[in-house]
Amino acid sequence: MTRVGIVGVGHGVFGRRSDATVQELAFEAFRDALEDAAIDRDVIDASVIGSVPEYHKQRSLAGVIQEYLGLVPKPTWLTEVACASGSAAMRTAWMSIKAGVHDIVAVIGCQKMTELSTAEILALMGRVGEVQWESGFGTTFPGYYAMFAKRHMHEYGTTREQLLDVAVKNHFYGAKNPYALFRKEITREKAMESEEVATPFQVYDCCANADGAACVILASEERAKEISTKPVWLDGIGCATATMSVLRRPSLVGLPSAEKAAAVAYEMAGVGPEDVRVADVHDCFTIAEIMAYEDLGFCKKGEGGPFVAERQTYIGGKVAVNVDGGLKAKGHPIGATGVSMTYEIAKQLRGEAGERQVPDVDVGLTHNVGGIGQYCFVQVMKRD
Amino acid sequence: MFKWFGKVNYTPYTKVSDFAQYLKDGYFMGSRCKKCGATSFPPRADCEQCMSGDFEFFEVSGRGRVHTFTKIVAAPTGFEDVAPYIVGVIDLEEGGKALAWFGDSIEEGDIEIGMEVQIVPQIFEELEEIKVYYSIERLGTTWSKVSSAH
Repeated sequence: MTRVGIVGVGHGVFGRRSDATVQELAFEAFRDALEDAAIDRDVIDASVIGSVPEYHKQRSLAGVIQEYLGLVPKPTWLTEVACASGSAAMRTAWMSIKAGVHDIVAVIGCQKMTELSTAEILALMGRVGEVQWESGFGTTFPGYYAMFAKRHMHEYGTTREQLLDVAVKNHFYGAKNPYALFRKEITREKAMESEEVATPFQVYDCCANADGAACVILASEERAKEISTKPVWLDGIGCATATMSVLRRPSLVGLPSAEKAAAVAYEMAGVGPEDVRVADVHDCFTIAEIMAYEDLGFCKKGEGGPFVAERQTYIGGKVAVNVDGGLKAKGHPIGATGVSMTYEIAKQLRGEAGERQVPDVDVGLTHNVGGIGQYCFVQVMKRD
Repeated sequence: MFKWFGKVNYTPYTKVSDFAQYLKDGYFMGSRCKKCGATSFPPRADCEQCMSGDFEFFEVSGRGRVHTFTKIVAAPTGFEDVAPYIVGVIDLEEGGKALAWFGDSIEEGDIEIGMEVQIVPQIFEELEEIKVYYSIERLGTTWSKVSSAH
């Protein structure tokens, strides 16, 4: 079967985008990716849209995007697995090329989250968990991850300071990313003054809703070599699930879906965690990044706290993580996130990440989580 | 009857709806597969092990230990009036886990991971409509002794 190459990447500015509709956001990223690939849109065989429908007034989003991008009558479809919807789009596009159905596919992750009223957001927030046995107690997204944090602190001695070290690092790099929502460094002290959300979390432990889009153009090996002088290869793509209900998980100190997805991706790509020099991981909350280090094998289980405190995930450490600012500083337009991660790692592998460039990278990784770990996608990317 | 369960209920119809009737009468129930005997909490109609749809309820002691917890300050729709509230996940003695609020018998400062607790059926007495739930209480607390809702 053919290898699948990334031949073009595009990204729009993440944030409160009161200047644009969701299809206009998608267009920015798509145009950017076409220019990057130096191809005309006529050569694209199909598009896959990663997005979460509940946030948009427009029902069946793929249709309006396909029209606005000028891709009609080519095929399109939408993928939805909560915050991992963008990676699901990547995976189905990759599958379609692997299967020989399509040669060149545009993947567009996009989300407009700020059009909903606060009341609508709060209503959605109350249904993130398993609704039959959990949501009736008013559980929330930060609430779930806060319970992971509490348990991780209990079992491994992870500290409040170590959690905030994640936020400090990601804001440090976010300040250098022109696409990021928050472009300001923070200190632990400032973070500790922020409002309580769900103990032990304060505002600075949590990522922010945002509007935004990113685009990646994938091609079969043959076409990728024709189009691009430096294609990035999507050689490992793992996907796994964990139970919807946290009550049916054996432990609450990691995400079993992430461990499984990583194992699949590493095996497919023929690499191990020690080979990865740059990674974008799903830091929706500070504890989530610490658990990601462990689930991906960057450090041993329980050692994620010291790993960030010792600056092992800064540029110059063992593996540079979220040097685009992560969800934390970049913002989290949920459907766009997985594609945005792929954008960053492709740029890093091409040596085009500017002042955030990690030196000597041959292997990069993305880790995109849906919900509270119900879905996880891990991609291993390589350059020639 | 399942619409009785939870301060806000999103799933009024289910094959395990009698759970809420039992809860209203003070019984905390799990499900047991009549074919292979596998048990589950939360209850489920269809056996996870052998896939049989033939099940019965059985009473769970409600005893267990705190697995983890958090105090939720930023509350979603329908919970603004009770915020902040402390949610815990309990490892039940008979297996399975339950998620619930900590009730009046446990002070916030006394909550610790690993502490022994008791799940107790509860009714929202200040509400006109029937609303039932269960709370995490000090070991030995029985449902009739806890008079007021959360």
